[in-house]
Amino acid sequence: MITIKEDIQETHTFSLLVDNEAGVLARVIGLFSGRGYNIESLTVAEVDKDSHTSRITIVSKGSPKTIDQIKRHLERLVPVHKVTDLTIEGPSVEREMALIKVLYTNENKEEILRLVEIYRAKIVDTTDKSFVFELTGAMDKINSFIDLLRPLGLNDISRTGLAAIARGSKN
Amino acid sequence: MTKMTGAEVIVKALNEQGVDHIFGYPGGAVLPLYDELFKSNKSPAHVLVRHEQGAVHAAEGYARSSGKPGVVLVTSGPGATNAVTGLTDALMDSIPLVCISGQVPSHLIGTDAFQECDTIGITRPCTKHNWLVKRPEDLAKTIHLAFLVATTGRPGPVLIDIPKDVQFADAEYCSISEVEHSSYKPKVKPEISEIEQAVELMSKAKKPVFYTGGGVINSGPEASHLLREFVNLTGFPITSTLMGLGAFPANNDQWLGMLGMHGTYEANMTMHDSDLIINIGARFDDRVTGRLDAFSPNSKKIHVDIDPSSINKTIDVDVSVIGDCAHVLENMLILWRSKGYKSDNSKWWDQINKWRDIKSLNYVKSEKTIKPQYAIERLYELTKDKDTFISTEVGQHQMWAAQHYHFNEPNRWMTSGGLGTMGYGLPAAIGIQVAFPKSTVIDIAGEASILMNMQELSTAVQHKLPVKIFILNNQYMGMVRQWQELLHGGRYSHSYTDSLPDFVKLAEAYGAHGVRAQSPKELDGKIKEMLDTDLPVIFDCVVDKDENCYPMIPSGAGHNEMLLNDEGISIEVGDEGKVLI
Repeated sequence: MITIKEDIQETHTFSLLVDNEAGVLARVIGLFSGRGYNIESLTVAEVDKDSHTSRITIVSKGSPKTIDQIKRHLERLVPVHKVTDLTIEGPSVEREMALIKVLYTNENKEEILRLVEIYRAKIVDTTDKSFVFELTGAMDKINSFIDLLRPLGLNDISRTGLAAIARGSKN
Repeated sequence: MTKMTGAEVIVKALNEQGVDHIFGYPGGAVLPLYDELFKSNKSPAHVLVRHEQGAVHAAEGYARSSGKPGVVLVTSGPGATNAVTGLTDALMDSIPLVCISGQVPSHLIGTDAFQECDTIGITRPCTKHNWLVKRPEDLAKTIHLAFLVATTGRPGPVLIDIPKDVQFADAEYCSISEVEHSSYKPKVKPEISEIEQAVELMSKAKKPVFYTGGGVINSGPEASHLLREFVNLTGFPITSTLMGLGAFPANNDQWLGMLGMHGTYEANMTMHDSDLIINIGARFDDRVTGRLDAFSPNSKKIHVDIDPSSINKTIDVDVSVIGDCAHVLENMLILWRSKGYKSDNSKWWDQINKWRDIKSLNYVKSEKTIKPQYAIERLYELTKDKDTFISTEVGQHQMWAAQHYHFNEPNRWMTSGGLGTMGYGLPAAIGIQVAFPKSTVIDIAGEASILMNMQELSTAVQHKLPVKIFILNNQYMGMVRQWQELLHGGRYSHSYTDSLPDFVKLAEAYGAHGVRAQSPKELDGKIKEMLDTDLPVIFDCVVDKDENCYPMIPSGAGHNEMLLNDEGISIEVGDEGKVLI
């Protein structure tokens, strides 16, 4: 019997500063798919128009050896200026935003709104049948909010993926 | 500012980069550029190949032998996709190449136009970097940047995709000196603290060994020179990967031969029992390490590499030194001298000499059939005093060449190491001959590999490149057959080639010269005939069909579990070994 071994997995958040040029995202995600690395979450947007640089935040899971390789391979890409493993080099602030649609009934409306208050979500759209909530926070918080809404008419979710930045004065 | 077209800018930039030869094949999307080459009065000169894969391998042979980047020119669509194998080969073996591909005009990109393909998407994972140039004003800058990226840091292939309308458009020129890159700055000079740690470990080692690779050769002749000096000064034994052969002279007493799957017994045993491995410009490839948990279990490891991602990729090391081999070796030498270190490894050498006495490269000689090892030995003896370059295809013949042809200088040995591309050797030989028109260039081949890019013989004849194709013809895909013997109960599933061409007649059909040797007695005379011919030659060397390549570390085994001959072939390879390639 051939068994495929799996090592201990760690979750790390990488922050990349890259040239905002055509194909740069494809290069980064191609590296992950080509070498068999995981992407749990990915966000990307331009952060400096003048210098044409974008910030890519990637959450990945892998063995400590794989995590180390991911950083080294990312640093090797030509348009990549800087790679920070925020999980190692932390501490950092990590946030995600989610838009969550719930179809309510008169029976559960109150319960839903109570949860919204507890989690400090915002109501950004409402009809006679539905709410859309906006919630910003750590991934865990969003996960647990969604889990609580699941039996209460959860209908659709859109999440941005994680944005992260180092705490304090260093970048 | 005189007005130039995009195509003119490209040719001017190539000239400023010092490009004297381009390997290519024309087509619709590169016609403006070919028109410019027509007008450029062979500056650069163009070598017309017969298939784009051949163009890339030829450029690899050119680059590996001359130390200059190889340049390839192909058209869009099939031109670019045919280049993919060669680009991947160059990426695996860190060969500096600049490939220019034509693309359909900008406004047709994305419309499934004739001969359109997503060249940038397809070649992204098989190049160090690639660019689609959509604006004519970016052309010159991109070409200069491409040469910078291809040749610096860990070298590799790059590709520039240029739409046809950009080649026609008005474009401005900018020279090399105006180009710099904000994020691409590879580190070549090592940290002194890393050097200090490494040299201190070396001074204390009782059973050290140098394990060197293609990085020493890529670093340039100075690195090989420094390596010789340092190895001599320390008195340590040295082995090398397939890619690193020639950096250290094979005729030196400290040379153990190649290591790895088909390396010598002494090289692999030395690695296994060592207490300090000094890896210079090699990457702990799986052909070298064998089973990872059995790889040199009691040694500390120093790893010198220009690519930080090579560190701890497969083998965890104790000291890593990031930098160019020549810089690192120079620093190590200075430090070793200034500290006045002396090493005494006489006991270690006693042990190594016992392993040497096994004579692991020995084979059973025959007077009736030509043994493939014997053929290589004779080829070596008859060419060693000439100015000779060797390329190979991939398989048993490649390993026999690595074992029995001995290299004393760098850049003389061109082989497809990482990717293992059958069909590499003939076009590579053509590229070498372009760089060194007066030298003897021999492609040591197998009859299966050579048929993969046989068409390039036509290139050799057209350009008067008298390459010699030395085929060890055993009618089998020998390495496949050997593995089927070892792992699959001798069931030779599709590893025998029936209906082979008559290679002598084939040579004649191409306008080359054909020679056949069938017995050991006639071998020397026929080799001399090959060497004395001014034409390209196919040498059909009919060898023992059943010979296997030894020594061998079977897959899933450690360095100390080598097979030395067919007697071990009944050993059980475990399930884990079978999965490996």
